[in-house]
Amino acid sequence: MNVPANLFYTKEHEWAKIDGKTATVGITDHAQHALGDITFVECPPAGKAVKQFDRYSTVESVKAASDVYAPVSGKVIKVNEELKTKPELVNQSPYERGFFACIEMSDPAEKAKLMDSQAYAAYVKELEK
Amino acid sequence: MNPLELKTTPLIEEHQRLGAKLAPFGGWLMPIQYEGIIAEHAWTRSMCSVFDICHMGEFLVDGDPVQNGLDKVLTGNVSAMAAGTCRYGFMLNEEGGIIDDVIAYRLTKDAWMLVVNAATTDGDEAHLRKHLLPAARLRNISAETAKLDVQGPRSEEILKTMFGREIGKLDYYGFGFFPVCGERNIISRTGYTGERGYEIYVSAGKVNDLWAMLLENKDVKPAGLGARDTLRLEMCYPLYGQDIDSRTGPEEAGLLKFVDLNKDFIGKEQLLQKHRAGIPRKLVCFAAESRRAPRHNYTIHADGRKIGVVTSGSFSPSLTCGIGMGYVDKAFAEAGSRFVLKENTVEIPATVVSKPLYKKGTART
Repeated sequence: MNVPANLFYTKEHEWAKIDGKTATVGITDHAQHALGDITFVECPPAGKAVKQFDRYSTVESVKAASDVYAPVSGKVIKVNEELKTKPELVNQSPYERGFFACIEMSDPAEKAKLMDSQAYAAYVKELEK
Repeated sequence: MNPLELKTTPLIEEHQRLGAKLAPFGGWLMPIQYEGIIAEHAWTRSMCSVFDICHMGEFLVDGDPVQNGLDKVLTGNVSAMAAGTCRYGFMLNEEGGIIDDVIAYRLTKDAWMLVVNAATTDGDEAHLRKHLLPAARLRNISAETAKLDVQGPRSEEILKTMFGREIGKLDYYGFGFFPVCGERNIISRTGYTGERGYEIYVSAGKVNDLWAMLLENKDVKPAGLGARDTLRLEMCYPLYGQDIDSRTGPEEAGLLKFVDLNKDFIGKEQLLQKHRAGIPRKLVCFAAESRRAPRHNYTIHADGRKIGVVTSGSFSPSLTCGIGMGYVDKAFAEAGSRFVLKENTVEIPATVVSKPLYKKGTART
């Protein structure tokens, strides 16, 4: 399982790459693997406000639809338009081309509520026991 | 790994070795996928896949079907079947509801095999024991009988090299006895995918040999119940327990062609009564206008009111859109009829399509 060192993670298997006030967000390698083939991603439109740990997106696999929660609060400033026609990018490249959106963070201190890569890797290992 | 005391097939270790995702289905721990549902689906539509279907139930019945009661238990005209053919049909309850969907194999003039769903096997056995005469000598052979489904356009050519050229002579819904793993076993030209395909019955002790033999051919890949479900849904084949059950009848499910109204059978009176009264709802298949998939129990709306409910829904790998089946008010059952599938804030526009949804299947070619 791939857990990049420079990202932050939630218990619901979302990641955030924090660069100044901007967080790029998506779902983790563990999540895409558990879901299987991703067939549809619904992201909120640019401009929409999202709240940390609240549902902001839905991801569908062949078998089921799952809620996706925001790792940080703020305003959506960009969505990954490529996922509309190529949702399989979430499987192929969960941390790069398969990102969901970019969020302008309203409270950078929220970072403290996320796990770092070591904590997340340990958390997933525990779940898989 | 197995907290629910699920039954396992003789191939369970093989599935684990192949890295399959396992999940409960009909009381069994079954492989849902290996490589991925979409890849396995595409391989079945274009090449050849093998499915472990050991969970399904099998019964043997002796005698003339009119005299032993079998003709009254099944909706199809089994008396007219030739030996070496099989036929799809139903067992109905007294209310005309579907107890199970069944494939009957006429082995000889006086010997039958019935193939039923896993979750319903025990109930089916009770129903059969109640209605068949003792002379039928009903035997439940589910535990010692294994089944592998070999499905895909390449299946005929592959099975010919393994079991002989006679495989090529089987008609759709025909079967024969072939030398398989040192036994004389049934291979039928049947399946649940819409592609040219076969079902191979083998004793449970030999199924690992057969599985390995099939996978030695690099054009054959394992596929799980996930792909089996998307393949059957594209063909609009009903799944028992989901699209049809004891509260639904063949008339509203659009399956009357598997019911012979010229003979007597259990549930016939209620079925005719419902038919005469007019069937208020019908099972339809539909395609969504986007990749978003409807799911079981989403509600169906049109003209500002609820007109039905989704029974099966999925993303269609072949059509790359959401597809499904559901019961709708008769007025909305015609091909081309449009409605919206809903759950909470999700709204998916969809259109009724005449079945099957996927029209390029090779099953009958």
